[in-house]
Amino acid sequence: MNTVELTCIGCPLGCNVTVKTEGERIISVSGNTCPRGESYARKEVTDPTRIVTTTMRVKGGARSRVACKTASDIPKGKIFEVMREIASAQAEAPVRLGDVLIVNVADTGVDVTATSSVAASDPQ
Amino acid sequence: MTVTEHDIVVIGGGPAGLAAAIAAKKSGVNDVLILERGGELGGILNQCIHNGFGLHTFGEELTGSEYAARFIAEAEELGIPYKLDTMALDITPERVVTAVNRTDGVMTIKAGAVILAMGCRERPRGALNIAGFRPAGIFSAGTAQRLVNIEGYMPGKEVVILGSGDIGLIMARRMTLEGARVKLVAELMPYSGGLKRNIVQCLDDFDIPLLLSHTVVDIEGKERVTAVVVAEVDENRRPIPGTEQRISCDTLLLSCGLLPENELSQSAGVELSPVTGGAVVNESLETSVGGVFACGNVLHVHDLVDYVSEEAALAGENAARYVRGERCEGGEPISLRAGNGVRYTVPSFIAPERAGDKLTVRFRVADVYKNAFVCVYCGDECVQRRKKRVLAPGEMEQVVLTDRLFAENPGLSEITIKIETA
Repeated sequence: MNTVELTCIGCPLGCNVTVKTEGERIISVSGNTCPRGESYARKEVTDPTRIVTTTMRVKGGARSRVACKTASDIPKGKIFEVMREIASAQAEAPVRLGDVLIVNVADTGVDVTATSSVAASDPQ
Repeated sequence: MTVTEHDIVVIGGGPAGLAAAIAAKKSGVNDVLILERGGELGGILNQCIHNGFGLHTFGEELTGSEYAARFIAEAEELGIPYKLDTMALDITPERVVTAVNRTDGVMTIKAGAVILAMGCRERPRGALNIAGFRPAGIFSAGTAQRLVNIEGYMPGKEVVILGSGDIGLIMARRMTLEGARVKLVAELMPYSGGLKRNIVQCLDDFDIPLLLSHTVVDIEGKERVTAVVVAEVDENRRPIPGTEQRISCDTLLLSCGLLPENELSQSAGVELSPVTGGAVVNESLETSVGGVFACGNVLHVHDLVDYVSEEAALAGENAARYVRGERCEGGEPISLRAGNGVRYTVPSFIAPERAGDKLTVRFRVADVYKNAFVCVYCGDECVQRRKKRVLAPGEMEQVVLTDRLFAENPGLSEITIKIETA
């Protein structure tokens, strides 16, 4: 049996939630004071996900970086793989907020989209 | 020197200035001008590329830059003029604004009303009394955030962060994602000033230790930071001898509080609160100088931008009423007092005639409370008592006062907001 200690992020209370697991199966969730704590803990133990926000290089832009994010949450374990793929990519100006910059990043089925706009640099 | 006149001049084009200008314009004042020091609208939101913004305003989770873009788009649609790269230098009590930029030179702008929305700045090393050398490698967390997210530079490789406010936590994750090693976050207080979510998703996710009741007592390195010395502090926040530990690093980030940026307000003669560092305002968010309004982080430091937008919209509406001469005369104002456990309230005064049917009073608590009550007193009578499972200094709280309260208590001179633990 495994025991996982978590801090619930559902509200500022930040309950310390203990989850006991047997292999893939959750045996018990304790320490939470409301149902949100239990559902958060179950998700964190079985399938933790995060939205990754970062920046990407821009070619020919008025700025050198464009802010971007994964369009939805990706498995927590893939965060650094996603970061590596974004770091090796380059967007081309002009970039509009909402543009898809990478399709299916790190094989997660999730796209990386721009969260800011970058105009093309003035031609010299 | 050019002299122009505008109905409303908004100082600052960040989230507060944008929301105030939009609300003023929607309230029917056409001649609104925004002065922005930076090269684009949006203010600090542009460097806040992380998500978690807008849950209250838009019901979805946006990044800071996305949140800003929505307000910028609305301001553009409404055709609100703005001047970028423009520094406001002075405001007189008669609401004459002096500003300068490279195309117009020095400008004199006579304003019907002024809305102060200059935001805040970070507490710098010089204000922290940290001993040691003055090498390169010491940054405020917000400066590092700008370097990484806007300029694309990494300020260092091995990082210690002092202060666990939200910017410090966000930067711990950001630096880690970009390949730096964040060794430690030290927090002077016995609790973090940041949101729980940020502690879990920015520190716990990456196994970054958070040391509460710890501070930096020495910085080593002559050219560049080579190490910092961290020590535990006692209940009076004084370092405990013998608890020092030396942590080698090349970068120290400071996330030690935000201070409203009010030099301009002072030149206008605006009375400031010693607690918030922002203006003392009435229910209309009007300062002690008539026709000068304040909102956002220049008024008091907020935790969520959604509340900034809400507050700023109210300032914009009230400034519009002021220039249109539509404001009713307020009688003797009610003083709003911060009682036990409450550090301050915004506003400080209320003219009930002008408060509308619902008035939101925002405040911060002085300590961490569990299962406590937020109470509103008119004299000895408790008129509102709301249980809160947790109250923390890092989170802004609010109570809503209704017109019924004022109607039922005519001649009221003082309302007290306090925390009761039983």
